[in-house]
Amino acid sequence: MTDNLGTSPDEVQFRFRDDEPVDHAAVTVDSCCDQTNATAVRIEPGDDARVLLPFLDRLALVEVNFPAFGDGRGYSSARILREAGYTGELRAVGAVLIDQLSHMRRCGFDSFAPDKRLDEEDAARAFATWENVYQRAADGRRTIADKRHEA
Amino acid sequence: MKILTGNDLRSGAVTWWNGSGWSLFVDDAVDVGDASNGSEGAEEILAREQAARRVNAAYAIEASIDASGHVRPAHIKDRVRALGPTVRRDLGVTTADKTGWDWVI
Amino acid sequence: MYRYDQYDQAMVDARVEEFRDQARRRLEGKLTEDQFKPLRLMNGLYLQLHAYMLRVAIPYGTLDARQMEMLSHIADKYDRGYGHFTTRQNIQYNWIKLEDAADILADLATVEMHAIQTSGNCIRNISSDHFAGAAADEVVDPRPYAELMRQWSSFHPEFTYLPRKFKIAVIASEKDRAAMRLHDIGVRIIKRDGEVGAQFYAGGGMGRTPMIAPMIRDFVPLDQFITYAEACLRVYNRYGRRDNKYKARIKILVHELGAAEYIRQVEEEFAHMLTVGVEPPREELARIAEYFAPPAFVDGPKTVDRSDPDFALWVDRNTHRHKHDAYVSAVISLKPAGGIPGDATSEQMRIVAKLAREYSFDELRVMHTQNLLLPHVRIADLHAVWTALDEAGLGAANMDTIEDIIACPGLDYCSLANARSIPLAQRISERFAETGRTEVVGELKLKISGCINACGHHHAGHIGILGVDKKGKENFQLSLGGSEAEDVSLAKITGPGFDEDGVVAAVEKVTDVYLASRTEGERFLDTYRRIGMEPFKEALYD
Repeated sequence: MTDNLGTSPDEVQFRFRDDEPVDHAAVTVDSCCDQTNATAVRIEPGDDARVLLPFLDRLALVEVNFPAFGDGRGYSSARILREAGYTGELRAVGAVLIDQLSHMRRCGFDSFAPDKRLDEEDAARAFATWENVYQRAADGRRTIADKRHEA
Repeated sequence: MKILTGNDLRSGAVTWWNGSGWSLFVDDAVDVGDASNGSEGAEEILAREQAARRVNAAYAIEASIDASGHVRPAHIKDRVRALGPTVRRDLGVTTADKTGWDWVI
Repeated sequence: MYRYDQYDQAMVDARVEEFRDQARRRLEGKLTEDQFKPLRLMNGLYLQLHAYMLRVAIPYGTLDARQMEMLSHIADKYDRGYGHFTTRQNIQYNWIKLEDAADILADLATVEMHAIQTSGNCIRNISSDHFAGAAADEVVDPRPYAELMRQWSSFHPEFTYLPRKFKIAVIASEKDRAAMRLHDIGVRIIKRDGEVGAQFYAGGGMGRTPMIAPMIRDFVPLDQFITYAEACLRVYNRYGRRDNKYKARIKILVHELGAAEYIRQVEEEFAHMLTVGVEPPREELARIAEYFAPPAFVDGPKTVDRSDPDFALWVDRNTHRHKHDAYVSAVISLKPAGGIPGDATSEQMRIVAKLAREYSFDELRVMHTQNLLLPHVRIADLHAVWTALDEAGLGAANMDTIEDIIACPGLDYCSLANARSIPLAQRISERFAETGRTEVVGELKLKISGCINACGHHHAGHIGILGVDKKGKENFQLSLGGSEAEDVSLAKITGPGFDEDGVVAAVEKVTDVYLASRTEGERFLDTYRRIGMEPFKEALYD
């Protein structure tokens, strides 16, 4: 099993954070649990994100890999980490497409490394698709129902 | 014979490869089965035409030519595609082949 | 009924623009068909045999006259003058152009309609009891709960790339008129000790592996309703199979884990979700419920003049008991003998809209049986309504009879089908109407699917017919004993299949067996359950 995984900061096309990106490779979830010094990890679709919960305070980067754009398990992984209080970088990597950006953002992703670079203009439009939202999610946005009933 | 069919990307209409473009009429379909003489094979045509977005969801099928020269797809599904819904013949593809409804099923 | 506020309208408008942009990128070549397909499907746009097909959502089957008129307008302007109403209370247009699709969605948005999530591996249109808000036997009107779920499930950020499609039905009576337990999640709103709550079922479905949903929780308090649904979906999204699309529905997960283990996982996730706080504010349900306040019913005659036998038959067959005794719900049959089940012309849609405005508080329903419904008709107005329907070719008195066939579009339209369903429905309904047998046989639910995906609900038919491809020829398997109602059961195959003529004859033979064997008051299904398969098999194959 290789421990040399992950995208480099150069491959990140969109990043919604001000801190310095982690500059070393990510390890697998298994390795992350074994190594006490790993600060970057990569989650594959079949991994249980909850395995990482005991280590969240030492992690600065979690990459969630999307080998196929139709496999939506990574959306749950992202929300689970944010619900558990993870505040480090959460990067969507792999088959990340324009029309998935807004939902990924809502699930807590704050950086994106698509394996094919996306059209900047189309992406900007995609991030801004929803002025309002129906569900509470990891982005903490006030929902439509919240707005309807605010005092 | 082997012929190519798909749907027009914009309109969705069923189309048939006629050797230089896509026709609405199955009778215009040409045999693409013989690529041995250096002509383009089915796979090459499909790849090129789909990449150019002149056709969508295209594929190759078996067909035959009947005694009066009409092209008949082998499979019932493509026969229905060639003519239109059997239960709404008023909406079917206008074709010179008046016998179409006799062989669709 | 529900009305959009500025937020709902803005969401639908934003979706129209998003889709317009997606279609543009496809036409410009920025999206491949593989990338575009899930996007167009999530807006109900399929590529079928002859053209694109657009499925428009009719949330929980409720619409008003203005909306029906828009459906009629779309049929004329962008299609070929008709539409097809479906078992999940939607409408489909068969001749749509990709380049028109965004304009159609924009037209729909002007009347608070859309095609959002009518296909794709996401949470689909929420269906409900077509008699909701009218039925004498309901605990409450289930539609506010369905609307709450509609909003929650629309553009859900986590559940848009599920393992497979996900269908939810919400009902609120003991009687099940929405095939609730054949849904991925079925919800029954109940009252326990005076408190309203939700009973959840999960893992039902038809398709190639039909299953009846087990109950997974007997009572979810209303202020945890969405949270519980979210937990059900998260467990499914994480653990539903993605290695094989034919095993990806939640029914397989529930079956493979066992209901007890699925329940355990959901409860664990639910406990966690309660700490996250995903439930909408309690006032939201109350706000929605206000839109479903009963109309101002007035007292009136409780009986009709039965001197016209055709009218009397229609009243007996096609009306359903209403919670107010001066009203009934009146079924508009889209099953004329020899017709195409579920199809309505644009002209018929306009007539129905007009009748809704005049006689049913501006409300219409789409039934899961592919019929339409005027939910609140004064008994005093029934004759006028029937007369108008009859003139429009909509007066067939055949609800729940063998003529009231559910049939998928089949190989006449659908790219997945192996055989044609519609011609069979036409022949059977015509045959039974001609021989006068329809009335003799009484309630008999016949359902026809043109392939194993079971859109025609053949597993749930008292008589089910499945079309298959047998060496390039259409072949039909007959099954008996299914029900989608509160007495839910799955039909069993009789034996070897038949050709088209053969299966029409076979349907007559099984009704012969029924008529010869039934006891007083027994429906076909009751007789089958009492005497079993053998007598039917003997008649069919000996």
